[in-house]
Amino acid sequence: MSVSKPLPHDAAELHVTGAARYVDDIPSPAGTLHLAFGLSPIARGHITGMHLTGVQHSPGVAAVMTAKGLPFSNDVSPSIHDEPLLAAGTVNYVGQPVFLVVADSHKNARVAARKGQVDYEEEPALLTLDAAMAADSRFEEGPRIYQKGDAAAAISAAPRTVEGTFELGGQEHFYLEGQAAMAWPQEDGGMHVFSSTQHPTEIQHKVADAIGLPMHAVRVETRRMGGGFGGKESQGNALAVACAVAARLTGKPCKMRYDRDDDMVITGKRHAFRISYRAGFDDEGRLQGVEFLHLADCGWAQDLSLPVADRAMLHSDNAYLIPNIRIESHRLRTNRQSATAYRGFGGPQGMVGIERVMDHIAHDLAMDPAELRRRNYYAAPAEAKAENTTPYGMEVTDFELHGITADLLASSDYAARKAAISKWNEGQTHLKRGIAFSPVKFGISFTLTHLNQAGALVHVYQDGSVHLNHGGTEMGQGLFQKVAQVAASRFAVPLEKVKITATDTGKVPNTSATAASSGSDLNGMAVQAACDTIRTRMAEHLALQHQARPSDVVFENGMVRIGQDEMTFDQAAAACYQGRVSLSATGFYKTPKVEWDRIKGHGRPFYYFAYGAAVTEVAVDALTGENRILRADILHDAGASLNPALDTGQIEGGYVQGAGWLTTEELVWDDAGRLRTHAPSTYKIPACSDRPDVFNVALYDGQNREDTIYRSKAVGEPPFMLGISAWLALSDAVSAFGETYPALNAPATAEEVWRAIRRVRDGV
Amino acid sequence: MALTFRLNGEEVRIPDADPSATLLDWLREERGLTGTKEGCNEGDCGACTVMVTGAHGSKALNACILFLPQLNGKSVRTVEGAAGPDGSLHPVQQAMVDHHGSQCGFCTPGFIMSMVTAHANGATDFDDQLAGNLCRCTGYAPIIRAAEAAQDAPVPDWITRDRPVEPGIQPLLPQSADELADLYQEHPDATLIAGATDVGLWVTKQLRHLPKMIFLDGCTDLKGIEITDSTVRIGAMADMNALRAAMEPLHHSLAEMLRRFASQQVRAAATVGGNIANGSPIGDTPPALITLGATLHLRKGNSRRELPLEDFFLDYGKQDRQPGEFVEAVCFPRQPDVLKVYKLSKRFDQDISAVLGAFSVTAENGQIAAARIAFGGMAGIPKRAAHVEAALIGQPWNEATIQSAAAALDQDFTPMSDMRASAEYRLETARNMLWRYYAEQSGQPVSVLGVRP
Repeated sequence: MSVSKPLPHDAAELHVTGAARYVDDIPSPAGTLHLAFGLSPIARGHITGMHLTGVQHSPGVAAVMTAKGLPFSNDVSPSIHDEPLLAAGTVNYVGQPVFLVVADSHKNARVAARKGQVDYEEEPALLTLDAAMAADSRFEEGPRIYQKGDAAAAISAAPRTVEGTFELGGQEHFYLEGQAAMAWPQEDGGMHVFSSTQHPTEIQHKVADAIGLPMHAVRVETRRMGGGFGGKESQGNALAVACAVAARLTGKPCKMRYDRDDDMVITGKRHAFRISYRAGFDDEGRLQGVEFLHLADCGWAQDLSLPVADRAMLHSDNAYLIPNIRIESHRLRTNRQSATAYRGFGGPQGMVGIERVMDHIAHDLAMDPAELRRRNYYAAPAEAKAENTTPYGMEVTDFELHGITADLLASSDYAARKAAISKWNEGQTHLKRGIAFSPVKFGISFTLTHLNQAGALVHVYQDGSVHLNHGGTEMGQGLFQKVAQVAASRFAVPLEKVKITATDTGKVPNTSATAASSGSDLNGMAVQAACDTIRTRMAEHLALQHQARPSDVVFENGMVRIGQDEMTFDQAAAACYQGRVSLSATGFYKTPKVEWDRIKGHGRPFYYFAYGAAVTEVAVDALTGENRILRADILHDAGASLNPALDTGQIEGGYVQGAGWLTTEELVWDDAGRLRTHAPSTYKIPACSDRPDVFNVALYDGQNREDTIYRSKAVGEPPFMLGISAWLALSDAVSAFGETYPALNAPATAEEVWRAIRRVRDGV
Repeated sequence: MALTFRLNGEEVRIPDADPSATLLDWLREERGLTGTKEGCNEGDCGACTVMVTGAHGSKALNACILFLPQLNGKSVRTVEGAAGPDGSLHPVQQAMVDHHGSQCGFCTPGFIMSMVTAHANGATDFDDQLAGNLCRCTGYAPIIRAAEAAQDAPVPDWITRDRPVEPGIQPLLPQSADELADLYQEHPDATLIAGATDVGLWVTKQLRHLPKMIFLDGCTDLKGIEITDSTVRIGAMADMNALRAAMEPLHHSLAEMLRRFASQQVRAAATVGGNIANGSPIGDTPPALITLGATLHLRKGNSRRELPLEDFFLDYGKQDRQPGEFVEAVCFPRQPDVLKVYKLSKRFDQDISAVLGAFSVTAENGQIAAARIAFGGMAGIPKRAAHVEAALIGQPWNEATIQSAAAALDQDFTPMSDMRASAEYRLETARNMLWRYYAEQSGQPVSVLGVRP
């Protein structure tokens, strides 16, 4: 059975030979036009005049469009229609698209876009969380508050308390392939769109609205993305819509890709948070009550900020049973890029909050931080415990971290290394090491319950080959291969029999974004359903032909056995075709058991939890704050993995990306609201040598306690949060310089680490 | 301009190349070779990496900031040419498949070409060879496993067959310093293109039109690094990888800084002359060369002059260079190696320095006899720390001296805040670098790069 085999990515050979086609690689029809946006240079103001003749007369320009020239809806928002394709009267951040250039080449479009003269009446911009709070500039009417018990009373009554506030920066996705789309006008006014998107259905929807046609007139196709990480859940809308309206206007195919700097200036990033906390606990480190205040920088438009901020709240417990907790979340509107989905979708921010609390408490009690964490864990499934619910009232029934933690602390030799590091540190003046353990419990399902559905379309051809299609998109995570492994397993055929095809709204409609780590869970089940429908039809027909019962028909090793008779799967397919059996089926799946009231903050938002844990060791230098990861050990729960090689890849990559978020990846805006880190020259994602010198990654041997596809677990987002252990290890190393708690902000750049050491050592 | 080079084994002639066209755009738009990707269009991500073979071997280069005339006479191999003519995968390609080295696949062609080049050159320092290739998916571990797995496989014959071709003679492609001197005197308004690692961005990012460009790559007599008993003379067109190799036995700390200077691809293109003539306050070689007491050799037509390197940098964006005058070489005297070069940046590899400090302090019998210290990133130009030097010279080599010398830094520099670092951090860490130098001279470990798990 191909499920559970460590097979390579389905396109691995295409990747290494350069044959894999991304949107900008699709050969363009002759006459294809290229697009670029003219961008707002100011953070907030009114447009008082537009002088675009210089743009129109720039070489190669075919058309220039402004908000007024758009034929129908001027809206690329994925939520509340507050995000125009082109600024209509006001601008709200530096980089907002104001006009659209259509030219004969990418370069001519870029050159022309810089020639626009737009007059603005500037208004004071809200560029900080403080400014937004003071102006009560927010989404929703007020803060969301989720609570359990009475946190304030519990903290007052607790023998000990800690409190603090820290900054947690955003994160640029830095998908290697920038945003890109192409629209190809069809004979009847319809549009065929190629988009680098995690959400083809939304592209279809927004394009249909923008060209005034029903969704059926728009077909969106996505073979693959060169990375997504959440950054292509809604941020591709603008390009696809721009291409469609320009294609409608000109009658020519239109293509658009952002230059990297434009991409970073225009598109949204991970939400930056400021988190304040108060925690009460006893002398043994048992949590009594915790209060969190989240200030989330949502940027100028709502986008997906509400569910992102909700998910941050939903992960403010992480792995810990907190008897009394209150989480207050403000979703603030500022004049920056509209923050958007990013791997973990707010979960990482919430989790960093509680891990910070645990780190602070361990420091306060001088207790081993790993031991402190274990003491506060949710109960294991076997343990009878009266109360094992999250702050939002969900019973935790699959808590795997006791086993994972024990195994990992042993395999990483945590205790002995911690002691050795302590000793090493005593002999050093400028350098110190640190080590930290951190667990992950991540909720799996879209919190917007209706999104937990998926469809598939499977054909078996008369030669026995299988055409596979589903609503999930491929962004590198290996979804297509994992789902193909499911299909091959259902028919018991070799994987080569299964043809993976591009995601296509014309094949599977009404899909959800490939997001929330849900790709394999949802689409794997939908494909299984489609395959089983066909298999059942085949079995019924073959049973009839061989005077057997359908249950006696066995699909195995590329063969179909009916009692004593045996034929190849190909022969079986041919026989069914000749017997006039439908060999095509759709499949559908909806996640069971989930129900959630996001206003009350109560219910079961998640079908299950994915778990993992990491131990990271770092070194820091007091003179400069320079720091690096020396070693990371990870044990992660992917259930019964559909593909251990691909899942391991998600874990290794997720860890490094998470560690990057909390260390070198710093977004800097100037006082005028201009993003200063808008290229890889200034925004530093981890490079090759930043990965841990020693990097031990293992899958936890287990299976999902819920009935997911082959009992596997989602693995896209959860490992990202293993990177928190790197930040905590830096805190541990810094704390070796003195007595006070380091109170690190994130990202812990060299400068931030240097400052923290100064605070700890010199009290500066 | 008419150009001739080899592309994936086939000779290509372009009768009328736009000299400011990049190889990347030409490959993708003119040749339909879309395997080479545009990730950043500024030489920082490596997705566009190709292998370029000339008379001096094969280099991995970023195609996005490589102008077509820079390829005249060379042999270019793209990812489409990594596999054999019969389609058999190159060993690094097979290893990348076997070790799950690609996820989204977009950075992969660039990695493949860096790996193909490293493999062809027998290089196994993979963290350095691949520092210029960013991957956002894998966390790099499987890519390194793949590189290691393929390192002992023989170099395929289709790779070893890459040879330069006879370059056509071109007026704007001088073949010697003499030709360049005449040409530049005739066209003092031309833009000189050495490695194009900065000028490339004028075109790809600033969208500037460069009406007249002179390409220096053919001036092989400017590429040499001569080391005699008394002097080191570095030709202006020596690239950073060549400089790194030459400095390894003489000034290890400088070589170590050059290991972290940009990336393999950028170092293979960037030249010492360019790093100086460009006049950037954050160029990494000038502070080190100033500390070594370097002399700059300038030439205009047939007249030559020399000046201390620090005097070349007049003010931000302003250098002591006349129209038609170019950097011919930079020299410094052979000396005992007390040089330490400290590069401070957000990321260790391939990052522009927030502060770069170069220190050379000589103590005799416990007294400081000589001190030269220069910084980058601390002012509008690379600049010596004159007050710090003065506070050191003649003093005993001890903590009290370091203390007072470090305090003198305030008189030398008023750095600024930007996206790389705050002014305070720059000033304090520059001060701390003196402490680091002192600690290092006393044998203490001072860099986290030296700490092993």
